[in-house]
Amino acid sequence: MSEVIDRPVPVPDAATGPYWAAAQEGRLVMPRCADCGKYHFYPHPLCPHCSSAKLEWTAVSGRGTLYSYTVVHRAPSPAFAAEVPYVVAVVELAEGPRLMSNLAGCAPEAASIGMPLQVAFRKLSESVTLPVFKPQ
Amino acid sequence: MTSSTKAAIVGIGESRVGSVPDRSALQLQADAAQAALADAGLKMSDIDGLLTTPVRVEHWNMPCGVVAHHLGVKAKFLSTVDLAGASGCGMIHQAAMAVASGQCETVLCVAGQNLLSHGSRAKAVKSMAEGGSAHPQFEVPYGPLVPSLYALVAQRHMHEYGTTPEQLADVAVTIRKHASLNPNAHKRELITVEDVLKSRMITSPLHIFDCAIVSDGAAAAIVTSAARARDLKAKPVHLLGQGYGLRHSHIGDTELTTTGAVDSGRDAFRTAGLTPADVDVAQIYDCFTITVIVELEDLGFCKKGEGGAFVENGRIGLGGELPITTHGGLLSGGHPGLGGGFFHVIEAVRQVRGEAGARQVKDAEVALVHGNGGVISIHCTLLLGV
Repeated sequence: MSEVIDRPVPVPDAATGPYWAAAQEGRLVMPRCADCGKYHFYPHPLCPHCSSAKLEWTAVSGRGTLYSYTVVHRAPSPAFAAEVPYVVAVVELAEGPRLMSNLAGCAPEAASIGMPLQVAFRKLSESVTLPVFKPQ
Repeated sequence: MTSSTKAAIVGIGESRVGSVPDRSALQLQADAAQAALADAGLKMSDIDGLLTTPVRVEHWNMPCGVVAHHLGVKAKFLSTVDLAGASGCGMIHQAAMAVASGQCETVLCVAGQNLLSHGSRAKAVKSMAEGGSAHPQFEVPYGPLVPSLYALVAQRHMHEYGTTPEQLADVAVTIRKHASLNPNAHKRELITVEDVLKSRMITSPLHIFDCAIVSDGAAAAIVTSAARARDLKAKPVHLLGQGYGLRHSHIGDTELTTTGAVDSGRDAFRTAGLTPADVDVAQIYDCFTITVIVELEDLGFCKKGEGGAFVENGRIGLGGELPITTHGGLLSGGHPGLGGGFFHVIEAVRQVRGEAGARQVKDAEVALVHGNGGVISIHCTLLLGV
């Protein structure tokens, strides 16, 4: 299990706990402002659109498109060596926010900006699940 | 009176740059500081202000205190500037403000470290990927290198504007040519566009020659009052204008192809009363080839989307329309972390003094320096002139 131990994993904190807990349950959630109704990501303590502190984690569709990507050929650390080449992606969600992820179920050479994507969940260990994206 | 008329850069210095395994971070900074003092004709006891940046190779609680104490600076003003890669530009502006306020008269700005020799290159890559610009929870777990974060910018720029790998390579080739004329540059062997395109693919579309190198080295500059500058031996170089910009903290949640350089450049030109057409030489931050293309657009040297064509045909080389990064930059000159962007300032001073030797831009009177920190996140632009 040394690969999982060496691999950098998210360490949830007070601001991000609900995001990672939802991922464990196979749901993608985003902070949404109760005052202006807009979503944002990554999580801010105040709404970046209207500065309100009334933010609620809200389930989103998990649908989006590939905004940009890179095929990583040189692993950043030994933990990723077995996975190269892999795609690091920026996904634009239907609800507006963008986030970094990996492409799953898609050969690196098939990646194309604008391609429709759907969230999927990759279980790294009993306590860590990463949202990833598959072609729709 | 503005800071530009109250303060001037009167001394510059560099340590040896490249692989310097016999010097620690503080020793490299001391080498650069002594060179800058000699250039200015000053002694360490003349310095009463100190600015520096954090380093990666050692943990310094309060870096400005550690550096001031070990260099023997009796500081009436000291601070640690952390604008990541924009720190070099930021130090000069903040030194000018400290002098203009009357808090101190002569500020030593110094930064650098033994980033290459401190550990292995692999260790430096891992440390930067996990402890650098990527979000620890929402980006690092997906395995990006620092170059991957810029590759996302390049891929999107290519998609939106048709920028090509050959145009990216043109940037690396030109800057390497400039490094070949700098005796203190880390990488000086000439390369071709074909060499870049055939070099190892790291994170598409960026090859290894599209990426900054890792180096040991330090740079220093001395800023003093205009009154004192008149009595010193070096030709004083004035800060004509400056600007800052920030549009995001992490690359995953932002627009990829327009940056805070729009804001820093606009404010620098406004405060100086100048336009891009007035710039004779531009020391553009070049952590990756794509960075240069995006910054040239955002600073107003060409329109958005035209940066790829702008860097072709020698336009950004010595003898071209806008020579950039004439010392060899981070791609070839040397990149010791936060001190890396400070060498761009040093080179700008050399150019407007007319002391750049084989790489002198003829009649250079106005130099722009641009620093970029994070992943095209935080920006600082300076305009310097004599």
